[in-house]
Amino acid sequence: MTVTILSTGCSTCQTLEANTEKALEQISEDVSFEKIEDMEQIMRYGVMSMPALVVDGDVKVSGRVPDPDEIAALVEE
Amino acid sequence: MLDVLVDKLVFDLFGLAEGSPWGEAFHYFVFDVIVIGALLIVVTHVMGLINAYLPVERVRTWIASGRLRGSEHLVASGFGAVTPFCSCSSIPLFLGFLQGGIPLGVTLSFLITSPLVNEVALALFLGLFGWKVTLLYAASGILLGTVLGWGMGRLGLGAWVEDWVWEIANDQGRKETEERQSLWGQMPSISREAMDIVMGVAPYVLAGLVVGAAIHGFVPVGFFEQYLSGEGLLAVPASVAVAVPMYANAAGVLPVVESLVTKGIPLGTALAFMMAVVGLSLPEAMMLKKVMKTRLLATFFGSVAVSIVGLGYFFNWVL
Repeated sequence: MTVTILSTGCSTCQTLEANTEKALEQISEDVSFEKIEDMEQIMRYGVMSMPALVVDGDVKVSGRVPDPDEIAALVEE
Repeated sequence: MLDVLVDKLVFDLFGLAEGSPWGEAFHYFVFDVIVIGALLIVVTHVMGLINAYLPVERVRTWIASGRLRGSEHLVASGFGAVTPFCSCSSIPLFLGFLQGGIPLGVTLSFLITSPLVNEVALALFLGLFGWKVTLLYAASGILLGTVLGWGMGRLGLGAWVEDWVWEIANDQGRKETEERQSLWGQMPSISREAMDIVMGVAPYVLAGLVVGAAIHGFVPVGFFEQYLSGEGLLAVPASVAVAVPMYANAAGVLPVVESLVTKGIPLGTALAFMMAVVGLSLPEAMMLKKVMKTRLLATFFGSVAVSIVGLGYFFNWVL
């Protein structure tokens, strides 16, 4: 399973990154984590509001920052 | 009602004399902290709800559908006003609109209004200047986005967009897979985000209100009129130029400006200044530089700046 963050480096993007790290600590599953900051790659996800959280290639959340519990629930789904 | 309560607190409980500099300053501070705090909470929640109901993807589909028959610029500009602005989303929005087949001019309409009319600015305007000035501000912002986007669209500036942008725009990308919860289900997160916004700007607002309160209490009425009234022709462009670097502190600048207006700065000059502080976002310009060639970026920001100066003169003349 892969969790991806689409980020442009702004402060809300950094909050999402921190929350995702916390969420990944909570869950036992083996999850690989990556961050994409390249705009061309980001646009291939068809996302228009930053930041975004992607699980296994599916955009789960965009334009807002879910808290660690919500992220953990999205990943474990 | 609130006025009476604050009167009691400041003049009776703290024993400050009505009309004294300290009394007036403290009264202004307490009153505005309560009013603006409440407005910030309400407006950020309302905007959060609108945005949850009308996500930008839906707006894009609607504008691109071709059913708007010429009102695309106005609609894009209006949506720019109600969507929360984050400079981090400037590029994805820009690319996403072009990708959806929306013309460059319509996209620019959205990008002009998006920072200019935002939830924090609206809440502060309502609390500080009342609904008439707020309406004037929001309407001029939306009009500015509509007209300038239309004008730049007519100029055919497509060649001034970075080439790789068109490559992406022509590749349809993948479909939106995000599932949206019901509006009610989103309420907790809407509320949490609204409160995050409020807490984020709170230090700036408080600092601005402290300075504003000091001006209210200690600077005599009409103080600035001696220097700025009448001729002051350069005041409008000068205040727009000064405003640009202040973007990050917009929430702290507005309360100070309101105090200056009560002490004699013309409202048109103040409005131009505030539009420039809020609307000419340097972080947005830095981001957009990646997708726009310098000529387009300069045309974009230059025409917004010049129009704000024009509006400043117009308001000074009319109001």
